[in-house]
Amino acid sequence: MRKVYLDNAATTALSPKVLEQMMPYLTTIYGNPSSPHSFGQEARKGVDHARDQVAKALNALPEEIIFTGCGTESDNTVLFGVAERYAKKGNHIITTNVEHHAILHTCEALEKRGVEVTYLPVDENGMVTGEQVANAITDKTILVSIMFANNEVGTIMPIAEIGKVCRERGVLFHTDAVQAVGHVPIDVKAMNIDMLSLSAHKFHGPKGVGALYMKKGIRLPSYVMGGAQERNRRAGTENVAGIVGLGAAIALATQTLEESAARMTRLRDKLIAGIAQRIPEVKLNGHPTMRLPNNVNYSIKYIEGESILLMLDMNGIAASSGSACTSGSLDPSHVLLALGLSHEVAHGSVRLTLSDETTEEDIDYVLDVLPKVAERLRAMSPLYHA
Amino acid sequence: MYTEKVLDHFSHPRNMGEVQDANGVGMVGNAKCGDIMQMFIKVNDDGIIEDCGFKTFGCGAAIATSSMATEMIKGKSIDEALKLSNAAVVEALEGLPPQKIHCSVLAEEAVKSAIEDYYKRKNGEAPETEKTAE
Repeated sequence: MRKVYLDNAATTALSPKVLEQMMPYLTTIYGNPSSPHSFGQEARKGVDHARDQVAKALNALPEEIIFTGCGTESDNTVLFGVAERYAKKGNHIITTNVEHHAILHTCEALEKRGVEVTYLPVDENGMVTGEQVANAITDKTILVSIMFANNEVGTIMPIAEIGKVCRERGVLFHTDAVQAVGHVPIDVKAMNIDMLSLSAHKFHGPKGVGALYMKKGIRLPSYVMGGAQERNRRAGTENVAGIVGLGAAIALATQTLEESAARMTRLRDKLIAGIAQRIPEVKLNGHPTMRLPNNVNYSIKYIEGESILLMLDMNGIAASSGSACTSGSLDPSHVLLALGLSHEVAHGSVRLTLSDETTEEDIDYVLDVLPKVAERLRAMSPLYHA
Repeated sequence: MYTEKVLDHFSHPRNMGEVQDANGVGMVGNAKCGDIMQMFIKVNDDGIIEDCGFKTFGCGAAIATSSMATEMIKGKSIDEALKLSNAAVVEALEGLPPQKIHCSVLAEEAVKSAIEDYYKRKNGEAPETEKTAE
């Protein structure tokens, strides 16, 4: 059976080229980068090189890059750190109602500690505006944290516009760019981004390693306490092989970004148009054009997401859904509800996320299988009347 | 996460679809929670469920439990069908993940709801009265 992996927003395959660069650090180069001897210094070189690669990809300085354990850790470091460090200045944080749980659940934890959080509502396409941010800023605002691109519906936020507002008003701006890095061009200087979270496994790097860009001059308490690693900003012995892999992956992704984004956008649009053509009563979720080049998210009315995924899986296709049954709670995805979808329509969502490895044949196969799956499940549904 | 039995009933559901001359139809659950089951039964003069069918909007477990429930009540008397428990459906499916047990509860309720409808249509009598009459 043909196997088609279209869940690249969940995680991507490790690139063989990345693995190749990691291998020495999993075998012969085993020293601790903090050790002054040659074994340690060889490992240190790998970490330093990776730091240069990440900095270059974002137009940042190497000393502005901190390696972490994952995107979630980067997010937590920023939110808890800013709340603590700037407590005297204020206690107000602005975010959106479609953030990843790494942001939302951390904000909820901060609210319990007395921090006030404004959750800006998005429009029906999943978008917020710089104006909304400007209107929400008060003299107590210490941080604006808005995702670069949404993980479920792929909407790309107007980050440069929001960055400009924050800079003008003198408020720190953080963006969770986990879904965007390697897929859309990012320039932290031009976009006035003060802090940015990223994760290696979303762009063909290894799992278990992330990074945080923190603009020079910003000083937050270390989220992980211990040794002096990462210039006292993140304790713990470096995941050297993982860091080297992150560096290699981000370098590869940014080198080929333009052509691979163009290629994926074409396949994405073919999938979007093909589904609309072949399946009646579907709804595209997310922005029609301002969306990640690899994201397709549809609600197929009258049927439920988990059963769509199961049936796709039986046909070798891996996808994802925002239905309650897949989220493990009673409610469907908070993102789809924030876009104004009814519970019923949100339950029937299916997300297909492409990668560089996705082929034209893969898309054709999905366009052949998905309509049959929809038809079969609709025939079973008491809500559907053909 | 699902047993082979569940996947089998999901991909080859038994008794799927409306029963045209059904004399009992029940619908339980709601779209907000993501599960709706509709159950159709055709009961003959001897009180035997001659035919039954289902339509379900829901996850894999919801479809599999509906399918299994129809298989377990088909050819049985109404009294027997009323005794169908959600635990029996789970057992017949060789288990369900803990967060999916509610689907089996829904299947049991769908069967009961269809039987209730059958009694209402028949003579408006409560099941207990009907039982003594037989």
